[in-house]
Amino acid sequence: MTMLEVHNFGKTFTNHQLQTTRQAVQNIQFRLEKGQFLGIVGKSGSGKSTILKSIYRTYLPDQGHIYFDSDRFGKVDLTKITERQMIYLRKHEIGYVSQFLNVMPRTTSRELVENAILEMGESESVAQSEAEKALAHFELDKKLWDMYPNTFSGGEKLRLNIAMATVKKPRLLLLDEPTASLDQQSKVKVKEVIEKLKNSGTTLVGIFHDIEFMENLCDQVYDMNKRKLEVS
Amino acid sequence: MMLEEPILSVKNLSKQFGDGCRRCSDPSTRDLIKNYCPSCGMVFACRDISLDLYPGEILGVVGESGSGKSSLMKCLYFDSDVTSGELYLQDEEFYGQNLWTLSAQKKRYIRNHKYGMVYQNPVHGLKMDFTSIGNIAEKLIAAGNRNVDNMKMVGEKLLDTVHIPLFRMKEEPRNFSGGMQQRVQIAKALSNNPPVLFLDEVTTGLDLSVQADVLDLIKRIQREFGISMIVVSHDLAVIRMLADRTIVMLNGEVIENGLTDQILEDPIHPYTQTLVYSLL
Repeated sequence: MTMLEVHNFGKTFTNHQLQTTRQAVQNIQFRLEKGQFLGIVGKSGSGKSTILKSIYRTYLPDQGHIYFDSDRFGKVDLTKITERQMIYLRKHEIGYVSQFLNVMPRTTSRELVENAILEMGESESVAQSEAEKALAHFELDKKLWDMYPNTFSGGEKLRLNIAMATVKKPRLLLLDEPTASLDQQSKVKVKEVIEKLKNSGTTLVGIFHDIEFMENLCDQVYDMNKRKLEVS
Repeated sequence: MMLEEPILSVKNLSKQFGDGCRRCSDPSTRDLIKNYCPSCGMVFACRDISLDLYPGEILGVVGESGSGKSSLMKCLYFDSDVTSGELYLQDEEFYGQNLWTLSAQKKRYIRNHKYGMVYQNPVHGLKMDFTSIGNIAEKLIAAGNRNVDNMKMVGEKLLDTVHIPLFRMKEEPRNFSGGMQQRVQIAKALSNNPPVLFLDEVTTGLDLSVQADVLDLIKRIQREFGISMIVVSHDLAVIRMLADRTIVMLNGEVIENGLTDQILEDPIHPYTQTLVYSLL
């Protein structure tokens, strides 16, 4: 079953102050089956993040279509659905993980993960137990559960981010350079995390600088330079 | 597809200050400086604004001073009359009725039973010479409560929710700090259990730690009580923390609307770009 299909997609940024435009990507085409892992590779500035952010609607797509097989709405074009539908999908079906953590100030790791579950309409007790499971699953040190993440290391923030996104059990998870700025040991940890997600049936799209690292994990690789899909 | 009805729906709201002249009453000959007619001095505070607020969501409204944000809020809360437009509330009693055409009595009823309002300046929302718990009781009485014990219980619970120590509940808010006054105002606004809450620049002028308290409180009441809110702020960081969707206003018009992160990361309108690129 096809989970995600990007069809003839393009995005141009216009800056009205400087009167400049920049075609970030064009003619992007790929298709991803349920439970598969697609890696996107290419040098900086080639538009990898633009694709991911457009799927998540952080960027407004301006050409082409992005079809997603939603549990709630059926097959929808993410470039066309209403904002309210997108909010629903973000809360229940599509997760986004980057290396940055942008959260409510003075909120502990535990509360952040709990809130992610409460957002879906679950009860307090479910939120509490699921949050603990997720934090333990992604091996965030127990000492950090009741601390604010502002002083966490890059790897710790990332694992918290992944816990917040995956606790919702999304159908599709977008990983925006999750391994950037991590040391080798943390990267291995992230790889294990992704392996776990994949084994649990989550469909994944990820951007990676060092694709060799992910190679034997990806089912397909989209090369921005060659503009095509390769099956690994 | 999801069939979802907005809890509050605004259609083509216009609010003008002044009588207008021949030049500005006709859109084709209108030559405004921002939203001001230089020939007669008329101000177009809100121009043809339409928006929907959905159950349980926080809608952000941003824009520079004078863009019409507060005028919009005043019209929604019946603090000010509208020039034209329609307002609908998803509610059995008022279903399909344009709220702006209702009698003053019915509008008061809606304010007392269906709405909560938190003003930027607590002076507007609180009686500074009543006690804090008395302020809450005032709103509860307006909403039809008569049982003193019950009102005291509700009042204490609310003050506790907003972290006002109960041993100070009989103090007048004028003795309180700005942040505490703001929290009493929020408690008062919540006391009638309103489905819709308006927040107008509630964190402006508060220091950062108190601001975080108030933001945390707003987020918590949204989660716990499922209240729909319209949050006006010129502080983009506040909007980013609170709102799922945001509208951007300029010179009395809505110039852009979208998901909050999209407005902040991929603004389309030239003014929104200027606003967002000014963010430190």
